[in-house]
Amino acid sequence: MTDKKTLFINDTEVGFTDEKNVLEVARHAGINIPTLCYRPDLTFYGACRMCVVEQVGRGIQAACTLPPKEGMQIRTNTTEIRKIRKNVIELLLARHNRECTLCTKSGSCDLQKFALEYGITEIRYEKIKEEDFPKIDNSSLSISRDMSKCILCGACIRACSEFQGIGVLGFSKRGADTQIQPMAGYNLAEVDCVNCGQCVSVCPTGALTVKPNISEVMDALCDYNIKTVIQIAPSVRVALGEMFGLKPGDNSIKKIYAAAKKIGFNLVFDTNFSADLTIMEEAHEFVERVSKGENLPLFTSCCPAWVRYMELKHPDMLNHLSSAKSPQGMLSAVMKRILPKEYEGYTKENIRVVSVMPCTAKKYEANRDELLGQTDYVLTTYEFAKLIQSQGIDFDKLEEIEADSPFGTYSGGGTIFGASGGVAEAAVRTAYNMITGENLDDINIVALRGVDEHSRSKEAQIDIKGKKVKIRVVSTLVEAEKAVQEVIKGTADFQMLEVMACPGGCINGGGQPSGCKDSQTKVKRSIGLYKEDEALPIRNSHQNPDIIKLYEKYLEKPGSELAHKLLHTTFSNKKTGSYTDFSK
Amino acid sequence: MITQTGLIKKIENEKKIAQENIKKQGLRVLVCTSTGCSANGALKIIEKFNELGVETGALTKEAKMSVVPTGCMGFCEKGCFVVVPDKKLAYVHVKADDVEEIFESLKNDTIVERLLYVDPALNKKVVDSSEINFYKKQTRTALMNCGHLNPESIDEAIALGAYEALVKVLEKNDPDGVITEIENSGLRGRGGGGFPTGKKWRSVSKHKGGKSYVICNGDEGDPGAFMDRSVMESDPHRLLEGMAIAAFAVGSDEAYIYVRAEYPLAVKRLQMAIDQAEEKNLLGKNILGTDFSLKIHIREGAGAFVCGESSALIASIEGERGMPRPKNIHMAECGLFKRPTLLNNVETFANVPQIIIKGADWFASMGTEKSKGTKTFALTGEVNNTGLIEVPMDTTLREIVFDIGGGIRGGKKFKAVQIGGPSGGCLTEEHLDLPMDYDALKSVGAMVGSGGLVVMNEDTCIVEVARFFMNFTKNESCGKCVPCREGTKNMLVILERIVKGQGTMEDLDKLEELAQVVQLGSLCGLGKSAPNPVLSTLKYFKDEYIAHIKDKKCPAGVCSALKTYKIKEDLCKGCTKCARNCPVGAIEGSVKNPHTINQDKCIKCGACQSGCPFKAIVTE
Repeated sequence: MTDKKTLFINDTEVGFTDEKNVLEVARHAGINIPTLCYRPDLTFYGACRMCVVEQVGRGIQAACTLPPKEGMQIRTNTTEIRKIRKNVIELLLARHNRECTLCTKSGSCDLQKFALEYGITEIRYEKIKEEDFPKIDNSSLSISRDMSKCILCGACIRACSEFQGIGVLGFSKRGADTQIQPMAGYNLAEVDCVNCGQCVSVCPTGALTVKPNISEVMDALCDYNIKTVIQIAPSVRVALGEMFGLKPGDNSIKKIYAAAKKIGFNLVFDTNFSADLTIMEEAHEFVERVSKGENLPLFTSCCPAWVRYMELKHPDMLNHLSSAKSPQGMLSAVMKRILPKEYEGYTKENIRVVSVMPCTAKKYEANRDELLGQTDYVLTTYEFAKLIQSQGIDFDKLEEIEADSPFGTYSGGGTIFGASGGVAEAAVRTAYNMITGENLDDINIVALRGVDEHSRSKEAQIDIKGKKVKIRVVSTLVEAEKAVQEVIKGTADFQMLEVMACPGGCINGGGQPSGCKDSQTKVKRSIGLYKEDEALPIRNSHQNPDIIKLYEKYLEKPGSELAHKLLHTTFSNKKTGSYTDFSK
Repeated sequence: MITQTGLIKKIENEKKIAQENIKKQGLRVLVCTSTGCSANGALKIIEKFNELGVETGALTKEAKMSVVPTGCMGFCEKGCFVVVPDKKLAYVHVKADDVEEIFESLKNDTIVERLLYVDPALNKKVVDSSEINFYKKQTRTALMNCGHLNPESIDEAIALGAYEALVKVLEKNDPDGVITEIENSGLRGRGGGGFPTGKKWRSVSKHKGGKSYVICNGDEGDPGAFMDRSVMESDPHRLLEGMAIAAFAVGSDEAYIYVRAEYPLAVKRLQMAIDQAEEKNLLGKNILGTDFSLKIHIREGAGAFVCGESSALIASIEGERGMPRPKNIHMAECGLFKRPTLLNNVETFANVPQIIIKGADWFASMGTEKSKGTKTFALTGEVNNTGLIEVPMDTTLREIVFDIGGGIRGGKKFKAVQIGGPSGGCLTEEHLDLPMDYDALKSVGAMVGSGGLVVMNEDTCIVEVARFFMNFTKNESCGKCVPCREGTKNMLVILERIVKGQGTMEDLDKLEELAQVVQLGSLCGLGKSAPNPVLSTLKYFKDEYIAHIKDKKCPAGVCSALKTYKIKEDLCKGCTKCARNCPVGAIEGSVKNPHTINQDKCIKCGACQSGCPFKAIVTE
């Protein structure tokens, strides 16, 4: 244990242990110093200067880059500090597109919040003219870039390079002309963006937002000739409630079902069900590959950002990816095929599948050539919460309901898909059963759990009746690339690699209510998922009665011909080559 | 540690051979071929000497007279500069056409009177070059050999004592002792910050053991400052020797010189010097048989001013965008490539060899209590003698401007000095007796900075000067932190309004408020010091700001938007030239009758005034 030390904030003694900066010490002590560019999981940057404090004897310092020291005297509110903060806000607003009423980030924008908190009512400096606003880049399927709202905090650049190692965003020009843009003036769709949305997640303003699909969904809901069905992804249940005053990790899935029904969705299903289905197919594939010794290690393929990364960077290794579709893809395909057989009035043509995902890349996935027409619209967790709000639904007062059948039951294995390590854990539970016919004595594979910054690469070894299988779990593409390099060099000693592009997995996805200001948010969300897993009567995917029924009635068995047709997909080389035209 | 004895003897021997070879050159005629003098035709002078049979100084040539291309002699005002040390002769403003006459006179032991320097105060020709007032009050340490040797020849440098200091520390083999010597000398960083050099070396040496780096900051970016360029171009071995001593002291074996790409001559000569020194094993692997090795690399910067800031410079060497990083971890512990790093500027390193040779006490005997030794300044602006100077740090501003600088050009009145470039401040008449010392200057809101000294006379508009420097820092802001990026931009907007006569008194308050925010709130030194020119001019010349705002007048008559052109009736002969010159037809009047200017139409271009044969047009 680290020793407890103390310093003084505004003359009050405050204890600290291993906090990296005075800012965190203050926050733990309940004093929230304002920040715009600070993101605890990224490099400390020190650019926005909102977090300036006075260190007595040393003058004004940025709290985010000031290491705490025993006995230090800190003041968080002086005339000078207020003057700096107010001017920073005012200077940023002067060059900002201030049409807040038309901004999708309105209400959750930090700049807007601070302008209100600091009582900025006029801008005394030269204001940018509308005709000087940079053009909006809407080329990406997932992300919209409106640089008229960019405050140049660089968080997106750091997220893209530090989490994903891709670095499609960078600074260009200097001084007041500085801009953030994809390489050489290309738009976002033309560069190697994997659509993970971490840049959106860390953006403090409306400069980077998720491409919205709410209005298309509303059109479908208002059309009574159309049957709207919705599926809710595993990690949504522990994050969406934050938009309605719940704590991170509080599981509100049954209220989410109820909200969906209230909004007018005809049928409500749970993606956890198809997560179980994915496990059946993926575990089957894994067992087969291990027995044949082919295409090992198996790479999971439920994360669309990771799949795109492989297609862009390692197209010669696509054989390692599991051909199983993601849970979103599986459920959409199954629904369009099977619902007409189960429900009267449902046809392949009149069903519209809406999925609620923690993810921006799922919007891209739904539009992949191989999957087009299966998932019709993807809403992020944030968007769905906004939709609930816009429909005047009082989330608090909703009565909990169950999801519809036949795709409503799920196991704990399906639930934990939402946290990094969960897919591998669920797959091991089922693969063990497929090989041995028995269930694991202890199905909790604790070594694969953990979502904080120290748990981005984890390993576990499982003894399957004498045969040892090693599983590697990574989150962030930086860690994924390291594992891929091991495979290339031939030093990889693992047989399965689970990859989630977002740090900590889907609970920290680019489509979630942003949890980037507190490293603990994703941890709390993951605890919520493991809690549900613990509490469920069925925790193994292969024991899910609806899954068993589905195979019996329609799909025969994992890996069958129909299963392959419905539940598996293909990948292709998407390497962009070199960017030779710098003239843009 | 492999120690070596006899190293001193070895270098002394080399020195003796080199000196004898120089003697064989006979009468040495030194021609300054610095960037400035080269632009003035110095290379043609050398060609002409060659044509006359005078060989360019090559050490093995036996000749009666040789011409030696040297680095900067400092007296740029008078270039091309030709010096004959053996005859104590210095010729100024020399052109290629003068060469024949010089050549003949040297043969006949006569003097070319017309090319001698004329003392502006005494209006007298100076025959003995050591009596030129520009040089008389200087004490040269870093610039000691600049202009005295051919920078492309390591033998000439060795003849003048290069690498003796390095050999001395290698033979003594006491790295800690070297640091103590530097500490005792009181040398402080010459790049502007003035951090004690020995203390810096000490803190880097505490992290000895693993890989560490030495970096020389040669990214001289202040407009008008060229002392580092002069050292690199004129005496590169002094810099390399200083770096080698530093690397030895802190236990590093790899070093970088970060030079702006706009200094191609410096890059070329440094690379030549490194190659020559490596050939003689004065650099490279196992220097002179000891186990001290040093590889020096040159990195060319792309010309961003901010890359002179230590953390931005490191980012640039690492291949990143040159933006400053927060300095929560000290560079001595975690610098270049996350390794312990020592970073000093060119002039600092150039002082080191002399301190080792002559001792800390000698160095500390010069200057003031807390600012020891000598400092170079680039003296420019409205003085008679512009150029590069080096003086003890207790020299006063008055001595620099009026003795070395020879006073204000054209007999005008002294107004102010901008010291330390765009990060510095201005000094006025009341500061003339201030020593050029770190702390004294800081106490009045200015700074030594890199040592740029721009002298201004009564015809300089101080608001325009502030606008000029603010425009510079605004353009050079890296764009990272909000106060600097947005603050400097908006300060410039306000200053531009004021010089156009559109400013308000509220603007002045806003300007001061922004200056404070930028100064206190910025991330790096560039931002923190960016408002200095504005703050110091506001402090000493607020009246001039107010005159621009309230009276819509530029007291110095510089700001064109505030000028009013008027035709003096009594002087105007009605020649109509002005009316024909006026591009907007603002001048009315009939032939042989006094003309008038329609102020509503006038765009204040000045075409009427410059064309008037009777000087009848005046500005107010």
